Amino acid sequence: MIDKVTAHLSQNERLIFERSSPGKKAYQLPELDVPAVDPAEALGAGNVRTAIEGFPEVSEVEAIRHFTRLSTWNYAIDYGMYPLGSCTMKYNPRINELVARIEGLAWAHPYQPESLAQGAMEVMARVEAALAEITGMDAVTLQPAAGAHGELTGILLIRALLQKRGNPRKKILIPDSAHGTNPATAAIAGYAVENIKSSATGVLDVGALEQLVTEDVAALMVTNPNTLGVFEENIAQAAEILHKKGAMLYMDGANMNALVGIARPGDFGVDVMHLNLHKTFSTPHGGGGPGAGPVAVKKILEPFLPTPRLRRAGKKWAFDYKRKHTIGRVKAFYGNFGVLVRALAYVLAHGGPGLRNATVDAVLNAVYIRKQLEPYFDLPYSQPNMHEVVFSDARQAKLGVRTGDIAKRLIDYGFHPYTVSFPLIVHGALMIEPTETESKQEIDQFIAAMISIAKEVESDPQLVKTAPHGTRTSRVDEVLAARKPVLRWKPA
Amino acid sequence: MYPENYRYTKEHEWILVEGGTGTVGITDHAQQELGDIVYVDLPKVGAHIEQGKSLGSVESVKAVSDVYCPVSGEIAEVNPALADKPEILNTDPHGAAWLVKLTLSAPAEVEGLMSAADYQTYIGAEK
Amino acid sequence: MLAVCGVSSAEELFAHLPEAVRLPRPLALAPGISEYEIVQYFRDRAAENANGYASFLGAGVYNHYRPVLVDTVVSRGEFLTSYTPYQAEISQGTLTTIFEFQTMICQLTGMDVANASMYDGSTAVPEAAMMAVRATGKGRVLVARSLHPEYREVLRTYAKNQGMPVEEFGFLPEAGTIDLEDLERKMDDLTAAVIVQSPNFFGIVDQVKAAAEIAHKRGALLVVIFTEAVSLGLLEPPAEADIVAGELQSFAISPSYGGPYAGIIATKEKYIRQVPGRLVGQSVDSRGNRAFCLTLATREQHIRREKATSNICTNQALIALMATVFMTVYGKEGLRELALQNLAKAHYLAGKVKPRFTGAFFNEFVARIDGKPPDELNKKLLKKKIIGGLPLGRFYPELADSVLLCATEMTKRSDMDLLAEVAQ
Repeated sequence: MIDKVTAHLSQNERLIFERSSPGKKAYQLPELDVPAVDPAEALGAGNVRTAIEGFPEVSEVEAIRHFTRLSTWNYAIDYGMYPLGSCTMKYNPRINELVARIEGLAWAHPYQPESLAQGAMEVMARVEAALAEITGMDAVTLQPAAGAHGELTGILLIRALLQKRGNPRKKILIPDSAHGTNPATAAIAGYAVENIKSSATGVLDVGALEQLVTEDVAALMVTNPNTLGVFEENIAQAAEILHKKGAMLYMDGANMNALVGIARPGDFGVDVMHLNLHKTFSTPHGGGGPGAGPVAVKKILEPFLPTPRLRRAGKKWAFDYKRKHTIGRVKAFYGNFGVLVRALAYVLAHGGPGLRNATVDAVLNAVYIRKQLEPYFDLPYSQPNMHEVVFSDARQAKLGVRTGDIAKRLIDYGFHPYTVSFPLIVHGALMIEPTETESKQEIDQFIAAMISIAKEVESDPQLVKTAPHGTRTSRVDEVLAARKPVLRWKPA
Repeated sequence: MYPENYRYTKEHEWILVEGGTGTVGITDHAQQELGDIVYVDLPKVGAHIEQGKSLGSVESVKAVSDVYCPVSGEIAEVNPALADKPEILNTDPHGAAWLVKLTLSAPAEVEGLMSAADYQTYIGAEK
Repeated sequence: MLAVCGVSSAEELFAHLPEAVRLPRPLALAPGISEYEIVQYFRDRAAENANGYASFLGAGVYNHYRPVLVDTVVSRGEFLTSYTPYQAEISQGTLTTIFEFQTMICQLTGMDVANASMYDGSTAVPEAAMMAVRATGKGRVLVARSLHPEYREVLRTYAKNQGMPVEEFGFLPEAGTIDLEDLERKMDDLTAAVIVQSPNFFGIVDQVKAAAEIAHKRGALLVVIFTEAVSLGLLEPPAEADIVAGELQSFAISPSYGGPYAGIIATKEKYIRQVPGRLVGQSVDSRGNRAFCLTLATREQHIRREKATSNICTNQALIALMATVFMTVYGKEGLRELALQNLAKAHYLAGKVKPRFTGAFFNEFVARIDGKPPDELNKKLLKKKIIGGLPLGRFYPELADSVLLCATEMTKRSDMDLLAEVAQ
């Protein structure tokens, strides 16, 4: 019984170029209060373009209808739960949007005199302080634009420290359960990647780690809780092993939603980590970005942080550009300020106690889901899970139905799919993270949907394998898209 | 299914040795694992590849697999059909969808490869 | 729920964590405050920034009017609160708008393929450089000194760790355009890319064709960077470029003290597999209807891992959507008219405050005021509630006596007259 959604008429819409008609306008510029200038004279005739061929020409009404109709084809957090593991799709508070648009903040130019930017700098300082407290670290940079960018920054910081000590070393250890950005980042930072196999229980194998950490190893990149949603109970020990050999511990902070107010990475041996503000701190995903990936470090790495850094100069804030050991800039200007504003609004709204409550609710929701679905889906690792839980499709695979199919059928029940086929150490993974946003009602509906699908796999597997059935777009041919890539519209 | 006169590697490549030339491809097992092939990345003619080193890759929508050289040699020919129709790797992996032809530089290396029977046992065990 | 979980309190769910790692105290953060108080807090911070000032700052971040439709569209929950469009069936809204975005960027830049956005213009530069290295198999990069100074800093940070040597070539002291002889001298067969900006940091339309010849002769790619996207409404796009990369902040993206913005990378068809970041492609669904999906994902980190074209995961989808709505609202005629207005405003100002360089410029130019060092001039202007141009000494010691002035369609004639008056 599908009770969350009902079929409904949705508007069709072509591409904006297919709607366009010569001469239509949606803009109106004021009259010039200065003389017009002949572009050929001012720029050189050869430099002036004739027209922007194919650019849209529509009226304002057509423009608003175009985008509004398209928007109705999307699922969104505002519609319902996203059980995506490791994405932390929590509610995006609307207050965030309001404060980010306040004129004095939204129109601040990064080069305006510091005396006229004290408000912006105060916001940044407040965010740095809050993140340092939450992570138990000593210093924070807000410059990186997203998680992967933060990872790169973190690894470059490690490299700089080791370089200063005389040997940047050659490789980085990465668990086989890690997110793809981890090895990609290591490679861009100029390190070779060595995979470390997880133990039989899916956690960090400290025995294996002991063997692998040599003078050639710069760092271990770890996610905690790991991508199975399980807390790495040996992490402090791992940190010791690394530190003894002069190597460092990097933590991917994607799963911080399980730790805020409960445990702090700085307290269990982490030297450097990044945070995903668009995950843990509620800033909106917006269909794929923007995000922000601040990096928090222990004192020992502070001198290498990207330049400039905020410092207090008497009663005012100032930017310090004289940083001898900095790794340099990883981005122009100071960071994704607009995203920082949203994250700070979230922190202010919850406060210390509220942030901790959110973590507790997030974990409660995930454990509840685990208990309810355990009778129906294979649970490859039996340790306590935190904010997310990972099942495998082993049972359903026997009947020819895989995790990808179950995910597509979940769409028919009115939900966005969970994370499919990740982490790689679980064959046919179903990774589910509800976040603290979801009420018992929404979660119970999700659980009922998953159980119903598990039953459908037994009674009518074809129904699941050919899902989704109720969407306006059925399964898209990704093979065709990859074999014959068409990446833009062209006139007929 | 697996031609008797071919030899096979643990990484699921096959090689047909004829005199000093080896024709190389990926096995039916490999194409099944990958799914619908969308793109094949092949080396340049004249490149020398050592046994065990990557000579290119095969991509499906969701995965990419390196292809490892079964026997050291120099690339003499590259299959022109694959640029336009990578999908023949799914339908005829042991025939029309050969990847490269090599002029072998160390023919003795063939000795260490699996026979068709051994390969079938190997993939049976993998499951 | 607790009963189902087999616990009597939610705290028990954390009991399995080692005691040593538990935070034994509450977080040292004040308790939560109300919506009203949050708004008040940020209003107070905003009041401590510049409010009601006229500004002549450009230098990579531009004051352009944001059509009201932009926020109307991006505020829709379906765009704001949706996820990356990995599940194509329920993300056609996002996928379609990205496909339109990719198309518009191609139309604007004259390239064959564009990606779904990079973090910003500054990080698009090293990404373009790494693309050129992959495509040519060579390792060295030549970059113009007239490329935005902070963009060059970012390039160096990335290049250092890739073992990618970066060398700069200069600009002519009178024209302000790239020094072609210097480029020719530094060029060699090991160079993967020559990177120039046009209009350059000084606002000047640069020698793209000539740079292309020098680069291509020795088997290097030409990368052209732009920071003022509005310029493409009027300027011939760089057809000789192999890669075009840049910043879209001018297209209805709030200056927001430095971010979030949206960068792009666009290139020729033959480099399609070297492009970093997300790509949306056209296909059909099982009923034969046109549908869009993410494609060529095997380039990306989640599949290729350490061999990926980039480590980028998040793009700037919502920001790119702002730009898409902007480009739709202005459209074919509007973007050109907007660019003409920018040209007119800046040239009016240049009639009163003489440009230092002779090169043709778009909406920014460098000026040196006799007898008034930049800091002194700007202090006087602040008293009139005007933020003057960027003093260039911090980036170019030889231009320490000059400022970079920008005028856009939002700059009032009266403010330009006032600035000219103070500068006398």
